[in-house]
Amino acid sequence: MPMVEVAGKSFEVDEEGYLTNLNDWNQDIAEYLAKEEKVEMTESHWDVVNFLREYYDEYQIAPAVRVLTKAVAKKLGPEKGNNKYLYELFPYGPAKQACKIAGLPKPTGCI
Amino acid sequence: MSDMMDDMDEGGEGVVKKFMFVNRKAPHGTIYALEGLEVVLISAAFDQDVSMVFVDDGVYELIKGVNTKGIEVKDFSKTYRALEGYDIEKLYVEKASMDARGLTEDDLIVDVTVLDSAEMANLMAEQDVVISY
Repeated sequence: MPMVEVAGKSFEVDEEGYLTNLNDWNQDIAEYLAKEEKVEMTESHWDVVNFLREYYDEYQIAPAVRVLTKAVAKKLGPEKGNNKYLYELFPYGPAKQACKIAGLPKPTGCI
Repeated sequence: MSDMMDDMDEGGEGVVKKFMFVNRKAPHGTIYALEGLEVVLISAAFDQDVSMVFVDDGVYELIKGVNTKGIEVKDFSKTYRALEGYDIEKLYVEKASMDARGLTEDDLIVDVTVLDSAEMANLMAEQDVVISY
């Protein structure tokens, strides 16, 4: 497995760059993973990333994009829980990119 | 292809079949329960009429208060609670399997419908596809 070095510590990632160990995650790593995805983190990005970590903690999976959209609408409001808003934040797929930045495994049902 | 995408965007005019996933095995010790659950989560993307059935040791997949630390595997029992968000709300357990293991609905992590064996057989007969793990 490849290793990446962030803030003086090294972390294992898989061949697609997803963090191998969920518990390794911290803000520095999130910033690093975001940079790899060419995403500049704003407060709106953090809202989604933090939401995903809470979702994972509760259900032990990374949600499919349709499920994420619905759940974000419920939690953060309909103006954020829609495809347009989420794709603007994460152009290459909110489930895929945001999950990666959140240190979660690739979403189940990601097609 | 573009027609197909349009159909999906409009909520789907494609063929909807009744898929039933039958879970018969204890959650850990084999990979069946976890793999079966993942297949169900993936199937949700295709807007089919999906139901899940838990019989025999499969009822143990739904019990509350699981702690897998000692066997060093992931506790995926919480993931059954995510099914609702995937619009998979038809969960059935067989009464005889529950009784034989001293379980009631209160022991389970999700809301289920309890069926007796005859009702279960009827439900299975109505399906287009039955996949058993």
